[in-house]
Amino acid sequence: MINLEVPAKFARLVAQAHQAAAEFFRPNSRKYDESEHTYPRELDLLAALLDGLSASGGGAGTSGVRRGSTSDSTANRNGANLRLLLGTIEMCWGDVGLLLSMPRQGLGNAAIASVANDEQLARYRGKWAAMAITEPDTGSDSAAIRTTATPDGDHYVLNGEKIFVTAGARADCVVVWATLDRSLGKSAIKSFVVDRDTPGFDLVRLEKKLGIRASDTAHFRLTNVRVHRDNLLGSPEVTTGFAGAMQTFDNTRPLVAAMAIGLARAALEETRRLLTTANIPIDYDRPPHTQPTPAADFLTMEADWESAHLLALQAAWMADNHQPNSLQASMAKSKAGRTATEITLRCLALTGALGYSETSLLEKWSRDAKILDIFEGTQQIQQLIIARRLLNKTSAQLK
Amino acid sequence: MGKRNAMGAALAGLNRLAGAAVLDRLGLRKTVERGVYQATKAGFTAAGAVSRTFAGVANSGAADRPRAVPDPGLFDLTPTDEQAMIKSTVAEFAVERLRPRAAEANETCTTPDEVLRTAGELGVTLVGIPESLGGLGNERSTVTNVLIAEAMAHGDMGQAVACLAPSAVSTALVLWGDSAQQATYLPAFVGDNIPAAALAVQEPTVLFDPFSLSTKAYRTSGGFALTGVKAMVPRAATAELFVVAADVDGRGPALFIVESGSAGLSVESDPGMGLRAAGMGRLRLDRVNVPSSALLEGPYEDCIRLARLGWCALALGTSQAVLDYVIPYVNNRVAFGEPISHRQGVAFKVADIGTELEGMRLVTYRAAARAEQGKPFAREVALARKLCGDQGMHIGDDGVQLLGGHGFVKEHPVERWYRDLRAVAFAEGTILV
Repeated sequence: MINLEVPAKFARLVAQAHQAAAEFFRPNSRKYDESEHTYPRELDLLAALLDGLSASGGGAGTSGVRRGSTSDSTANRNGANLRLLLGTIEMCWGDVGLLLSMPRQGLGNAAIASVANDEQLARYRGKWAAMAITEPDTGSDSAAIRTTATPDGDHYVLNGEKIFVTAGARADCVVVWATLDRSLGKSAIKSFVVDRDTPGFDLVRLEKKLGIRASDTAHFRLTNVRVHRDNLLGSPEVTTGFAGAMQTFDNTRPLVAAMAIGLARAALEETRRLLTTANIPIDYDRPPHTQPTPAADFLTMEADWESAHLLALQAAWMADNHQPNSLQASMAKSKAGRTATEITLRCLALTGALGYSETSLLEKWSRDAKILDIFEGTQQIQQLIIARRLLNKTSAQLK
Repeated sequence: MGKRNAMGAALAGLNRLAGAAVLDRLGLRKTVERGVYQATKAGFTAAGAVSRTFAGVANSGAADRPRAVPDPGLFDLTPTDEQAMIKSTVAEFAVERLRPRAAEANETCTTPDEVLRTAGELGVTLVGIPESLGGLGNERSTVTNVLIAEAMAHGDMGQAVACLAPSAVSTALVLWGDSAQQATYLPAFVGDNIPAAALAVQEPTVLFDPFSLSTKAYRTSGGFALTGVKAMVPRAATAELFVVAADVDGRGPALFIVESGSAGLSVESDPGMGLRAAGMGRLRLDRVNVPSSALLEGPYEDCIRLARLGWCALALGTSQAVLDYVIPYVNNRVAFGEPISHRQGVAFKVADIGTELEGMRLVTYRAAARAEQGKPFAREVALARKLCGDQGMHIGDDGVQLLGGHGFVKEHPVERWYRDLRAVAFAEGTILV
């Protein structure tokens, strides 16, 4: 039966996440924006709390993206994917950069949860895993990565360079994408879990960024890094694999959409509060063209926000119900990414010098938002995926 | 524009002459005359249609209303089996009956009687009427009504509006009529011969606001006298019954039941850019006297919200029609040696149509589900309307653009969808879900 309300059973989780965002993230938002590369100590306590939640109920944190075996039941399920999405929205209403810095909640953890076997899952439980795909010469075209993995007995030897590794310097390990044979294309690309203290795995520098400055973005060089074959995620065969690695994205893209949705909601709430002080109420019944322009603008922004929000809920709901959701995950990411940027920048136009000032978080949110239309697949990559699906085209036809 | 001077006047005269000469030289005079004749034929100014006798019934206790749907407690995008069945039946009707006649219905500004009759036989009106009143629905059916309107508009929005217009009146009676009003008027809507009927809210004014109406209802000794002009009234020429929004002195806007034979009521054709198959007209009310029992006591704002939601549902269907049409077109159309869909400039437009349409659908469904569960839904409707109005128009625009010159000519239906989708952002009343 069609119903698009957040189920009551998640109300407590949402309330808890909101409290954490309000009490831990917001008060520290400006502090870690100003002191980039400083480790946010406050998060250790919060992470321990989240681990507890995860142990008691399961599904809190990025490891919640793991999909269960196909259920026989056709009954409607609201499960771990939806719960994680809702938690992420609330936390990012607090601060996206701080969420990305939450110990043990890295995208590498999502990758491990998505494709690791049971032994690996057990071995990396409690570890903080970052994700390393991008290279200096390869961004969206992840099939063209140059980092190599050469078999050597029970080990692989990794060589190459990785950039834009979120929380890379803070994590316990990094999921590194490398190719077994560049001539074989994307099916030869595998992901390896590399411990941070492995010899030859060197931190080159931490980036200085436009936004999400609470989150560290690392640049690594890998020189003859030896990784045991048990650290390879998924199948070692070159005939299969890339699709498996890409499957992680079906799970993580709705989460990045959730980040954008939480952040954009924060901006909308603050802008609405400021508009109210200027005697601009938002009327949901009177036609926008009869209301003041800022009110009409607000309605446009909120409508786009609602669309992004429900697209993300849909993608997570489909995952909970074991339905393929690549298309819907990309739609959610595409809409949420561009909407968050548009909303936050437009809120600055409405609030002027007040919102543009560092005394307000609106200017910070406008800077933070931009990355959400870039990482985990840029806007244009999402459009390519959506278009190929709708038009039934291969990546060779629609480039 | 500046005032016309001597030169301007001469040019204007020359233009008229040249125009006439061109007509003769090309032998077009006959064609033009035929066009004028056709427009006159489609046009009309007349008293309202002769209505059947709606036998008045005295108030007999509580009115019958559908119950709110219970909150299912979980997020769910799967329609019920019953909804899926109704949806597929209506979809079949849309593809077999509406789409093939859409071009002709647009030209003639009418929906064929047979189409209207078949729509009646499908029971789309009965879904919203409780069993005790001869219908099928004991629970609120906003989501089902949205699915029906969406499926119908996938065939043709103009004919869908014509088919759904009577349901707007019966739904208003079900939701807000007292037992006497229900007993007087609803039997006709559950019979074999459903009357043409229209919910008239829109007015031909700039910056129209349905909460600030120009049409007035003045209190008289026996009831009310209504004066004003209503626009975009579907099936205006043949409607036997109207529900008219008017401002009551000191009370704000309200709804009135007005029979088409009332003295002082007249209709005139008013075809617009699109939705022509709906037979849109203006309804003139010149001191039309109605009894006090003609007043529908209900939350007027709910009527406005449910109508806007109906327009959102129509936008979903027609936007989907655009997407379904452009996909094979851009895959088959070859330029510079390959299908144009292989170009990102084309493909990304298709992607955005898909994404925005999916968002429109979810936002509309959420508002509908809240409405039928008796939850507050003003915010959700406002957002659905904003999104469907803006994005629906963009989708119509992109549809024509993707077909290029072929989108501009009537050989393809996309230009009609461009015209129809423009109405979604501002249309008020007309249909209820």
